[in-house]
Amino acid sequence: MIEIVPRGTMRPRIAILIPVIAGLAALLLAAVPLAFAGAPILPAYAQMASGVFGSMFTVTETLTRATPLIFTGLAAAIAFRARLWNIGGEGQLYLGALAAVWVGTGMIDGPPILMIPLVLAAGAAAGAVGLLGPALLKTRFGADEVVTSLLLNFIILIFVQMMLEGAFKDPMGLGWPQSEPILDSAVLPTLVDRMRLHAGFLIAIAVALVAHAVLAYTVWGFRIRAVGGNAAAARHAGIGVKRTILGVAIMSGACAGLAGVSEVAGLKGYLTSDLSPGFGYAGIVVAMLAGLSPIGVIAASLFVASVFVGADSMSRAMGVSSFLADLIVSMSLICMLVGGFFARFRLRRRTTRAP
Amino acid sequence: MIDILQIFLSESFWAASLRIASPLIFGVLGTLLCERAGVLNLGIEGIFVVGAMTGWMAVWLGAPLPVGVLAAALAGALFGLFHSVLTVPLGLSQHVSGLGITLFASSLASFAYRTALPQVSSPPRIEPFRSLDVPILSDLPFFGTVLFQQTALTWLALIMVGVVWWIMDRTPLGVALKAVGDNPEAVNAQGLSVIRLRMGAVVAGSSLMALGGAFLTMSAFDAFFFGMVNGRGWICIALVIFASWQPGKALVGALLFGMFDALQVRLQTEAGALVPHQVFLMMPFILSIIALVIVARRADYPRALLTPWFRGQR
Repeated sequence: MIEIVPRGTMRPRIAILIPVIAGLAALLLAAVPLAFAGAPILPAYAQMASGVFGSMFTVTETLTRATPLIFTGLAAAIAFRARLWNIGGEGQLYLGALAAVWVGTGMIDGPPILMIPLVLAAGAAAGAVGLLGPALLKTRFGADEVVTSLLLNFIILIFVQMMLEGAFKDPMGLGWPQSEPILDSAVLPTLVDRMRLHAGFLIAIAVALVAHAVLAYTVWGFRIRAVGGNAAAARHAGIGVKRTILGVAIMSGACAGLAGVSEVAGLKGYLTSDLSPGFGYAGIVVAMLAGLSPIGVIAASLFVASVFVGADSMSRAMGVSSFLADLIVSMSLICMLVGGFFARFRLRRRTTRAP
Repeated sequence: MIDILQIFLSESFWAASLRIASPLIFGVLGTLLCERAGVLNLGIEGIFVVGAMTGWMAVWLGAPLPVGVLAAALAGALFGLFHSVLTVPLGLSQHVSGLGITLFASSLASFAYRTALPQVSSPPRIEPFRSLDVPILSDLPFFGTVLFQQTALTWLALIMVGVVWWIMDRTPLGVALKAVGDNPEAVNAQGLSVIRLRMGAVVAGSSLMALGGAFLTMSAFDAFFFGMVNGRGWICIALVIFASWQPGKALVGALLFGMFDALQVRLQTEAGALVPHQVFLMMPFILSIIALVIVARRADYPRALLTPWFRGQR
């Protein structure tokens, strides 16, 4: 018989090492599907690496791809800290994008100094509302937020499609279901000449730092950690558990909403119903790889974005299905989960004791 | 109003309701088995995709339809085994593991499909299950169409309701399964293996989920599309709460859902000019949330759901 034995307290160095090992393990495991697809293994990895680090362009592309992942990763990390299972990042992202398009395509116009904060605020508010719904259904009626936030993803996406074929449709769009372009004054400026990397990246980093400060140094952050650690004990200590959960929902939803704003106002310039290739779900992987730490989210986003950009480049060059990127990302989540287990426990052969 | 009455009186409406309900019956029964044993299985959405892809692929490669169904169930069982190893003996987060399984299973299925068929513009078709034409019975008015012109997979779903009910309510195994989801320590005290019971339930439940996916590619349609599962798995997670974890009510819940979906499609053609068709597409998801909210307060969750059990630790 095999017995599970706790290892005692985890050293911080190990805590940082696990996601690194998990990420590397997932990359190594990718050799199996690569072999099945008949691609030469080593050149494929070389192509992946050069797809990420090959040039100024590829590096900025990776940072651009990391931007929405930082936002959705923060959304998941903050919510999961309080054990609020927000699986609705994808929907909240679209709500944020929808609000950005609503405010930013001609409702009002002004100088960028006014328009950019306005568009960001609108998107954050919309995302917050998107999670406040499931959070209220949880605190008021006890409805499981996993299910409600998940189902809302589908409702919101259909709603976006409806708006893009209706009120928000670009009359100049040649019949395509897409929104009007964001006004120039609301577009997030690019950071590097002739590259797509935009100010959304810096905003994402700033939000991550603020989230870290809030969680680590404020009473509010303490409440969130207390509710996540042991809701009953937190209630006993006089912490308003429901109020904390609603507050967390606002913070988390707002982060996911910002992902939508940054994609629309920073990258695409207009909204389509394929704005996000699953950034909301990938954000959950990011948050878990980050150990639910906001600073860790930045690093984990860079890893996941590298996998996406590198594997995409390799897929194009070698004719391997681009689902490989999703496969590697999902494997890194599972490796992280298993790695976390072996950091906390070890397996021991049970020796039969004399009675 | 007359129009709605006509819809409810038509045979094709009821036949469609049962057809739409079929994959959900598999899915809710699978979820029920997992959760009754104390394990949440959010891998369901991905397991649906795997079942849909595997069943279709087996038949496309030349296997007979029943072998395709078995292949789908086996693939589902494998992913269920994976989820159960992570959550039962290792006791890892059921939420995270389940989401990981969904992401892993759906990307693996999509990758395998694309790798096997790199350059197809339109998805290749198979010869799917045909509706059973039972002599005499199929010619009965109303019931003939509604019940006896369904495919074998719909019948399998209905039979599985009975099988799961019988196991849960009439066998010692069912008693043990329910107990392991409520009070695993008591089961352990009886000398039964909590680990084996839970893992078995997750494996069996996951293979049922995969059959739900297989229904889509082998009965409802005849090809595999990306995104074809489209939230059906998640809806099952909501329906099982609505069904209070009971097989009979699971059938009722899935049928009600099938009715609303069939109604939605018919109203779409009736009122398509007045309301955007997306409003109707949203309805199933909105109804699932409403149903969940209504029953949430008095939902009697299995008491040890989400709680891992370790030997010698209370």
